[in-house]
Amino acid sequence: MMYVLKDWIFTTDHKKIGLLYLIGSIAAFALAGIMALLMRTELSSMGPTITNNPGDYNVWLYFHGAAMILGFQIPALTGFLANYLIPLQIGARDVAFPRVNALSVWLFYMGIVLALMTFVVPNPPDVMWTGYPPYSVLTPGNTALYTFTVLLLGFASILGGVNFLTTITFMRAPGIGWNQLNVFTWCTYGAFILQLIFVPVLGTAVTMITLDKYMGTHFFDPAAGGDVLIYQNLFWFYSHPAVYVIFLPFIGIVFDIVATFARNRIFNYKAAINGGVGGIVLLAGEVWIHHLYVTGMPDWIRVGQMVTTLMISIPVGLLFISLVGTLFKGSISFKTPMLYGLSVIFLMLIGGLTGIPLAIVSLDLHVSDTYFIIGHFHYVMAVAGTFSIFGGVYYLYPKFTGKMYNETIAKIGFWLSFIGVNTIFFPMMIVGVTTGMPRRYWDYSQFPETAPYHFIMGIGAAIIAVGFIVILISWIHGLFKGTPAGDNPWGSRSLEWTTTSPPLAHGNWEAVPTIAEGWGPYEYGTDKA
Amino acid sequence: MHKLGMTGLSLTSSLIGFIASLLPTSGFAKDIPDNAKGFDHLWYEVMVDITIIGVIFAVIMIYFMIKYRRRSADEEGSQKPMSAVSAIGWSVIPVFMFLADDLYLAANGWELYNDYRNVPENAFEVKLEAAMWTWDYTYPNGAKTYNELRVPAGTPVVLRMTSRDTLHSHYIPDFRIKEDSMPGRVTYIWFYPQEPGEHVVTCAEYCGLLHSKMYGKLIVMPEDEFTAWYKTEGDNSEQTVASN
Repeated sequence: MMYVLKDWIFTTDHKKIGLLYLIGSIAAFALAGIMALLMRTELSSMGPTITNNPGDYNVWLYFHGAAMILGFQIPALTGFLANYLIPLQIGARDVAFPRVNALSVWLFYMGIVLALMTFVVPNPPDVMWTGYPPYSVLTPGNTALYTFTVLLLGFASILGGVNFLTTITFMRAPGIGWNQLNVFTWCTYGAFILQLIFVPVLGTAVTMITLDKYMGTHFFDPAAGGDVLIYQNLFWFYSHPAVYVIFLPFIGIVFDIVATFARNRIFNYKAAINGGVGGIVLLAGEVWIHHLYVTGMPDWIRVGQMVTTLMISIPVGLLFISLVGTLFKGSISFKTPMLYGLSVIFLMLIGGLTGIPLAIVSLDLHVSDTYFIIGHFHYVMAVAGTFSIFGGVYYLYPKFTGKMYNETIAKIGFWLSFIGVNTIFFPMMIVGVTTGMPRRYWDYSQFPETAPYHFIMGIGAAIIAVGFIVILISWIHGLFKGTPAGDNPWGSRSLEWTTTSPPLAHGNWEAVPTIAEGWGPYEYGTDKA
Repeated sequence: MHKLGMTGLSLTSSLIGFIASLLPTSGFAKDIPDNAKGFDHLWYEVMVDITIIGVIFAVIMIYFMIKYRRRSADEEGSQKPMSAVSAIGWSVIPVFMFLADDLYLAANGWELYNDYRNVPENAFEVKLEAAMWTWDYTYPNGAKTYNELRVPAGTPVVLRMTSRDTLHSHYIPDFRIKEDSMPGRVTYIWFYPQEPGEHVVTCAEYCGLLHSKMYGKLIVMPEDEFTAWYKTEGDNSEQTVASN
C-alpha cells in the first residue's frame, strides 16, 4: 500500500499525473456541487430557509465559483485531458519536462488544500471568485487565502503551459505534421498560449488586492489616488481569455469524440483550426470590456469592444459548422461519450447564442449581473464544459482502466444530468430577463414573483445531484465489474488507440509508432489505418 | 496636395456648419426616447435572430443524427476529403454571413446605446450616494431621501452616482437600466418615467453581507403631487440646515 502511494505521489508518468489531476478535480467538483445544493436549498423558498446568515451563503457562493473554475474545469481540461491525451495523440513517450509536470500537479493539490482551508479559518473569504475591490480590501474575510489559492493554481498552470507547448512543438512522432494533429491537441495548444500570456496579469491583480489589504498600499483606494476600476480591467483581461482556456480544450475533446463515434473525417479541418482556434486566440484579449459594460468605462471602449465581442461569433460559428458537418455522411453510434459530445453542441447552441444579446452593450445595461447572465454562462461554460469533461472521461475510460463501463448505468447518469441542468438554467435566464433579479442574492423578497422558478431550480439541482452519483457509480462499478475493453473499443483511427489499454507505464508504446504516408487521425473510410 | 486637402476640409466643415445652423434644433427638441421600449424592441429582434440560427443548426444536426446512424458494427463514415475550393467557400461565406449579422446587431445596439447615454437637456438631476447598504438621494433643493427615490411623472431623471465605501449598482429593472457606483468616480444613468407608479430599485453589484437586502423604491408621482412634496421637503431641509 505504501509502495503504491509512493509510486503515485512521486510519479513522473504523464498518464498517472493526468489521473491525479482527474481525481483532484472531481473532488473539487463534488465539493463545489455541495455548495450549489446548499445555495439552491436556501433559495428554494423566500426568506431564510437553511441559514439566517447571508454571510454563510456568500462563502458557499465564493467557494462554488472558485472551485468550479480554478479547481475543477481548468485542471480537468488542461491537467487531466491534456496530460493523458496529448503525448498519446502525438506519439510521444512522455511530456518534454516530466518532473516539471509532477511539480505542477503537486502545486495543484496544494492549491486545493488551501482552498479547503476556507472551511477552517475563522473569517473565510467572501469575495466571490472575482475578488473585486474595494470590497475585497474592506471585508473582514480572509482575502489573502483567495490570493494565495489563485497564485498557486495559476503557477501550476503556467508550468503546464510551458510543458505542453514544448511537447507539442518538438515531440511529435516522426511523420506527424501540423495538419495531422488531433483537434483536441490543437485546441489545447491554443489554450496554453492564452494561459501563458494572461495568467501573470491575474497573478498581479490578486497580489495587488492583498498588498492593499495587508500592507497598506493604495492601488485601488481613490482617497489616496488609486482607482477601483484598474482591478476589474486586470482581472477580466485574464479572466475572459480564461473562458477560452476552458472552451478550447472542451470543444477539442468534443471534436475528437464526435469524429470517433461518427467514424468520419472532420468537416473543413483547416477552417476549424486556423479560423476557429486561431480566431479565438487572436480575439481573446480584445473583448474583456464586455464584463465592464455597466461599470462606468468610457463609451468609446464599450462600443468598440461590443463589436469585437460580437465578432467572437465568427470563429465559434466556424467550429460549429465543422462539428455539425462532421456528422454528414458519418456512421453515428450513440454510446455514452457521444451522448455527451452531441449534448455539448446543443448546450453550446443555447449558451453561445444567448451570449449575443449580452455582447450588445445597450441590452447588457439591463441583463448584466442578473440571473440571465448566470443562466448563460452556466450553459456555455459550466455545463457544456462539464459535460465534455465527463464525455472525455467515458471516452478514455477503456483506455486508462483497460475495462468497459456499464453502458446502461452511464446513460441513466447522462440523462438525469441533462434533464437536471436544463431544469435549472433555462428558468434562470427567464427570471433574469423578465424580472431582472440580480445574481449573488441570499434572498429575493423584492422579487416575490420569482419564487416558483426558484423552487423548480431547486428540483433541478437535486436531479443533477442524483445524476452525478449515478455517474460516479458507473465509474466505480466499471473498475470492479467491467469487462476487458480491448485496445481500440471505439474503432478510432487516432494514435492514442494504437497502444495497449492501459498503455505501458513508461514510454506508452514498445517502440515509437511509425507513421504511414498520408496518415491522419480522422482518415476514416479509407484503408490507411 | 496637402494644402488642397486642408482647404477642402475646412470648406466642407464650414458648409456642414452652415447647413446645421439652418436646422430647427432649438424649440423643436427631439422626442425624448423611451429606452425601456427601445430595449424591448431590440431584445425581441435579437431573440428572433438567435432563434433562427439555433433552430437551423439544431434541425440539421438532428437530421444528420437520424439519417447517418450506424447500421452495422464495422461501418465507417464516407465523407470525402474537401477540395481547396469548397474548403475556402465553407470558410469565407460563413465568415461574411456571421460578420454581416454581427455588424447589423452592433449598429442597432449602438443606436440604442446612444439613447441610453445622451441625457435629455431638461432632465431632473438627483445625486445618489450608495453605501453598505443604503441608497442616499440628494435633490437640487437640498431635500434628502433614503432608499426612496421620488420623481415626477413626465420628466426625464438623471442620477449622478457615487459611493461611500464599495461597489454598488443602482438597478431599476422596469426601466431596463443600471450602472455601478463606486468611490472616486461619478457615473450616471437616466430614465424617463411617464406614468405614476412604484418600481423596484435594487443593488446589482455584490457588496457584501446584505447585498440582497439593499433595495428600495422608485416612486413616480403625478407632477402636482411631486411639486408639493418637493417644496415641503426642501423647506424642511432648509430648516434643518438653519437649526444646525
